[in-house]
Amino acid sequence: MAEVKRIQTPLTKDVAAGLRAGDRVLISGIIYTGRDAAHKRLVALLEEGKELPVDIRNQIIYYVGPAPAPPGKAIGSAGPTSSYRMDRYAPVLIEKGLTGMIGKGLRGPAVIEAMKAHQAVYFAATGGAAVVIAQSIISQEIIAYEDLGTEAIHRLEVKDFPVIVAIDSQGNNLYETGRKEYQGKGNHSNI
Amino acid sequence: MVKFMREIKAALITEKVKELFLKISYEIGDDVLCSLKEGKDKEISPIGKAILEEIIENDTLAAKERMAVCQDTGMAVVFAEVGQEVHITGGDFQEAINQGVREAYGQGYLRKSVVSDPLFERKNTQDNTPAVIYTDIVAGGGIKLAATAKGFGSENMSRLKMLTPADGQQGVLDFIVETVSLAGPNPCPPLVVGVCVGGTMDKAAQLAKKATMRHLGFSNPDPRYQALEEKALALINETGIGPGGLGGLTTGLAVHIDWYPTHIAGLPVAVNICCHAVRHDTVEI
Repeated sequence: MAEVKRIQTPLTKDVAAGLRAGDRVLISGIIYTGRDAAHKRLVALLEEGKELPVDIRNQIIYYVGPAPAPPGKAIGSAGPTSSYRMDRYAPVLIEKGLTGMIGKGLRGPAVIEAMKAHQAVYFAATGGAAVVIAQSIISQEIIAYEDLGTEAIHRLEVKDFPVIVAIDSQGNNLYETGRKEYQGKGNHSNI
Repeated sequence: MVKFMREIKAALITEKVKELFLKISYEIGDDVLCSLKEGKDKEISPIGKAILEEIIENDTLAAKERMAVCQDTGMAVVFAEVGQEVHITGGDFQEAINQGVREAYGQGYLRKSVVSDPLFERKNTQDNTPAVIYTDIVAGGGIKLAATAKGFGSENMSRLKMLTPADGQQGVLDFIVETVSLAGPNPCPPLVVGVCVGGTMDKAAQLAKKATMRHLGFSNPDPRYQALEEKALALINETGIGPGGLGGLTTGLAVHIDWYPTHIAGLPVAVNICCHAVRHDTVEI
């Protein structure tokens, strides 16, 4: 397996372009959260020609709706949500300078085209590894849309947040290549 | 046969429901952990193996830290069997269950994921209620509550089809494998796949959900259905989807198929997909 790469945010296009599908990466620095409802508002602002509540240039958005923080913890369980629900909104954010997305599962062709055109990268975090991931989050702060509760935009400070590059800025897609590599390899005798 | 009416306080039902949801949210069952470990030992994809290790570490840590196994603590689903000799006192049965859900999610630092009107307002109800509650009145003087906290990453990948009787076993098998294949990485594999064949459209969906709640390692007692479960699991594990959908052999942990009598003209099949965080338990009062 590929060695683990460490990256520090902000994520520049140069660094993003150097990452390859299948790379295991540990992210440190600041990342932002956003799910369906927050994305809808961000894109509505852009359509109205207004400023976003956060400068997304060279930033990473993590698709997550964390559980409430128990006493003494920085955050509750915080694993990734399915990314395809953000596909409608992601291309315009990538055009505006977003360089990284963390989630789980497939992305549509429009997102991948935008990633290729603007050197952005899509990281997969392990769905259901919510407590392991929460341990890499040092602090959280709501910076916009507090009324959305768990779906508000949070600013997270992370250290060694574990991800795998699922789709790189050249369009290499581990969801496709990985699946193809192991298709029909089960060797089950009872088929 | 119970001769006398048995009184059960609504507050006791609330307490039991609360305990159930706290337990299943923090502690993944030994059946699931064993199955994940078996998968890890057999996995030939290095990334797949690493992901299974991460999931096992996560589930162990969640129980130790009393944190939710997954941040999607799900929509609460309860299958209740209420004995006909039972008299519930001091409150309403459904409200007693919802109050248990409310207390578990509120006091247990579990995420509130339920919205009221699904189409127009989508306003969070702030306490994860209402639960989805199925109640059967049965013989006896007790109450049995089976609970699951159903995450929607996998729920969204579930499907139902009204097959024709001529489609037969092969049709059922094809539909199960097609559903898993289309879902790909989205429902957080490795999966537990709940299937119901027969009934009406709604009955099939309901029993497919219940099938996801079967303890892992237990097959359908009918050897013909057991063979179908094994075949479906083997085919699912040939798709290559693997842990996290990044390639590998461990796409499914189990396929549970149940059935219900159906109409001469029909062969409904419902496939309810559940992720590896298959949170289920039962309590008897």
